[in-house]
Amino acid sequence: MEALTRIAHASIRVAAELTPAEAKANAAAQMAGLAYGLAAIGPGIGIGMIFGKAIEAMARQPESAGMVRTTMFLGVAFTEALALIGFVAFILLKFA
Amino acid sequence: MKTDDPQYVSILSMNDQGPAPEAAIVRDIIKHGSIVAPILIGLSAVFWGVNGAWSGAYGVVLVLGNFAVAAWMVSYTARISYALMMGATLFGYIFRLAVIAAAVFFVRNATWVELVPLCMTIVITHVGLLFWEMRYISLSLAFPGLKPKHVASPTVQDSTSN
Repeated sequence: MEALTRIAHASIRVAAELTPAEAKANAAAQMAGLAYGLAAIGPGIGIGMIFGKAIEAMARQPESAGMVRTTMFLGVAFTEALALIGFVAFILLKFA
Repeated sequence: MKTDDPQYVSILSMNDQGPAPEAAIVRDIIKHGSIVAPILIGLSAVFWGVNGAWSGAYGVVLVLGNFAVAAWMVSYTARISYALMMGATLFGYIFRLAVIAAAVFFVRNATWVELVPLCMTIVITHVGLLFWEMRYISLSLAFPGLKPKHVASPTVQDSTSN
């Protein structure tokens, strides 16, 4: 707890020494990282659900495994697009 | 537990030795990607110049490579075990996302990189190719992957000839 308090005090001291432009860039970097992290959580959960259900379906009906795999692959690719959009937003916010 | 049941099959030992539909789909996606790549690169070149064209080409290569690696992982691990397929794909998602992030991150300051066309190309190519591919997916038990190009109908020909 004491260590956390020291870190917080150090951060406040550093923030107080920043110019407004530096503070703005600092906040933008933090928010961009947060946005990327949040954007990756949803697709991660979605891909887990897709694969879980697909494997359940393949185990129940092995004869339809090909069909399930096709649906699964496309579903995963579409879900991944969300993560890519989050990543692109991060890159553009941070570096562009 | 059902492990005493002689008909019990563990998910760890289940696998799929049949043809891999993902590989066929990704080959088709890459074929379509090679068609749209000149258009995307040309548009990037019009708005951002030569650097934009290089960035667009890099983005297309990243997206097509990402599809190819994803399909290879699913196809390869499905022949071993469904459980391995799930594990490989979930960790593969993190791995591929990290590779794309690193691939963009390390070139971001290069002289030939324009970030806006690069990022736009990645998103547009990924989503656009997927939507385009949806037109060619069959999703039936007979054709689980792509739609067949030519369906022979000998019965129809026989009935007309007789």
